[in-house]
Amino acid sequence: MTTPTDPFPRPGWITLRSRRPAVSFRLDRRAMTIIPLLLVALLLALIISTSQGEYDIPMLDVMRAAVGLETGNPNHALVVRDFRLPRILVALLIGAALGVSGGIIQGVTRNDLADPGLLGVNAGAGVLVVGYLTLVAAPDTTLLPWLALAGGLGAAAIIYGLTRRGGSSPVRLILLGVGLASLGAALINYFITRLEVDSAQRAFVWLTGSVYGSTWADVRLLLVWAGLLIPAAMLMSRQLNAMALGDAAAVGLGVRVEPYRAVLLAAAAGLAAITVTAAGTIAFVGLVAPHLARRLVGPAHEALLPAAALTGSLLLVVADLAARTVIAPTELPIGVTTALIGAPFFAWLLYKRGK
Amino acid sequence: MEGIEAKELTLAYNGTPVIEQLSATIRPGEITALVGPNGCGKSTLLKGLARLLRPRGGTVLLDGHAIHDLPTRELARQLGILPQTPTAPEGLTVYELVAQGRFPHQGLFHQWSAEDEIKTREAITATHLIPFADRPLDTLSGGQRQRAWIALTLAQDTSILLLDEPTTYLDIGHQLEVMELIERLNRERQMTIVLVLHDLNQAARFGRRMIVLKDGAIMADGAPWDVMTREMLAAVFRVQADVIPDPVSGVPICLPYRTLEGSQPSENAAANFLRD
Repeated sequence: MTTPTDPFPRPGWITLRSRRPAVSFRLDRRAMTIIPLLLVALLLALIISTSQGEYDIPMLDVMRAAVGLETGNPNHALVVRDFRLPRILVALLIGAALGVSGGIIQGVTRNDLADPGLLGVNAGAGVLVVGYLTLVAAPDTTLLPWLALAGGLGAAAIIYGLTRRGGSSPVRLILLGVGLASLGAALINYFITRLEVDSAQRAFVWLTGSVYGSTWADVRLLLVWAGLLIPAAMLMSRQLNAMALGDAAAVGLGVRVEPYRAVLLAAAAGLAAITVTAAGTIAFVGLVAPHLARRLVGPAHEALLPAAALTGSLLLVVADLAARTVIAPTELPIGVTTALIGAPFFAWLLYKRGK
Repeated sequence: MEGIEAKELTLAYNGTPVIEQLSATIRPGEITALVGPNGCGKSTLLKGLARLLRPRGGTVLLDGHAIHDLPTRELARQLGILPQTPTAPEGLTVYELVAQGRFPHQGLFHQWSAEDEIKTREAITATHLIPFADRPLDTLSGGQRQRAWIALTLAQDTSILLLDEPTTYLDIGHQLEVMELIERLNRERQMTIVLVLHDLNQAARFGRRMIVLKDGAIMADGAPWDVMTREMLAAVFRVQADVIPDPVSGVPICLPYRTLEGSQPSENAAANFLRD
């Protein structure tokens, strides 16, 4: 079909077709170069980050220790495998989950300034966790992740339920999300004013987001959820692409907009909620990662979602490294370093849009 | 070829009925123009025909089947829609946009068949967009962009096309370009086309049939010469106007002179009318 004089441009994808069985697949051209590059960058960041810390371990030894080989220093295995890797992998998985969550929300709302916070996940989780710390005399901290999960998903359900009345239009979702987020923030502030200093500090660290003390159990939890929800969302890329054209156009193309929007938002809320459960509320990654991904691979969600997962991972691994090393031996909460990177980017974004 | 039939259709926004008990048949292979004053329900009716609004009462039948009972994907292979204000993500090229028209023919294991490619190319060719195929949509003129959206509905390969004010916000050159394209699709592909138009003269020139709505009810329905009368213009649009034949095509042209009493703009208009 393609001849040298073909007046049509090469599409942004490579087609794989077979006659029997009659199947065809598209592979995004830009994604095919960018995603391997991001994977390499992520692997490098992972190794560098693991080698840095209270004392540095040569990178070669990091890799040896990670796969269980002897390095000549018995401490290496302990430090790499028990202390550093779990928290770095938690950061990586949280970044991926938030990146995809943000990518979905920006797609569904057709607003590239939307982020997972719009679903009320952070507000809901925060209110329950801080409320629990405030109102219960002897709080059981092992309950906090589950309270976060319940609060996050509960708030998302409330927002979606309120949005649905009269059709879940993206604008209503955004307005309700912003409204509920500030309501949550007010409640959280109120609770904190009533907390003892020690508990208030713990609440603050949780609210800022921290991967300190993450364990392999956290890694497994995130891996299971992200492993389910991210591929599930990616299977709906074509519907997301159609929804980007507006609800009416999407219906015209044959997309069942309401059910798909509900399922996609549920996936986004689940991804965000599980990150809050593991590390508290980490801001900006869900906003910034899909943006960077869009710059790199364009607007098609088949490429955008995996790229957002990887840019989110990369951002959080770097933010975690910064959190551990910038003012070592004291450690910053990872939410502080992501905000330090994310906030200026957000401002730049608004500035560019304004022009 | 199928026609669309609205049967005692009632359509409402948030409980307020806009159209009540309306019945009309859209004949296959014709261009039907829906016209009427602002807020008359013409866009609402189009949305009802396009299954974008669920009827409060009555049904819309396509080939005898209620469209709200048909799987939306199946319907999308028979009926294409161009909404009033579709949006496209930044950076999406014309080719990529038009390719999305193939959505109802695709699936997880049929992402880009040979037919998808052929239909996409045909649609771009038919809308004269080959030189722009690789351009991001946001770099095109309004008329070219509208043609790209029409190309998307063409790639969808349907026999019916519903368009909501396809010429609004375009200058006259681009308006004509879009209307000529629509006329050509009807002539060459026998597509059934229903469009909402603001411009009565455009409706009379390109529509085989005009349906005039006011307050959610059909006030006139028929060939342009039967519909576009001084009386209709006075009763529906509250304007005093003449209707003359277009010197070239012979279709009726409306020449509006002034608003009539009871109309929105001013009481002066009514006073002037009385003085006359």
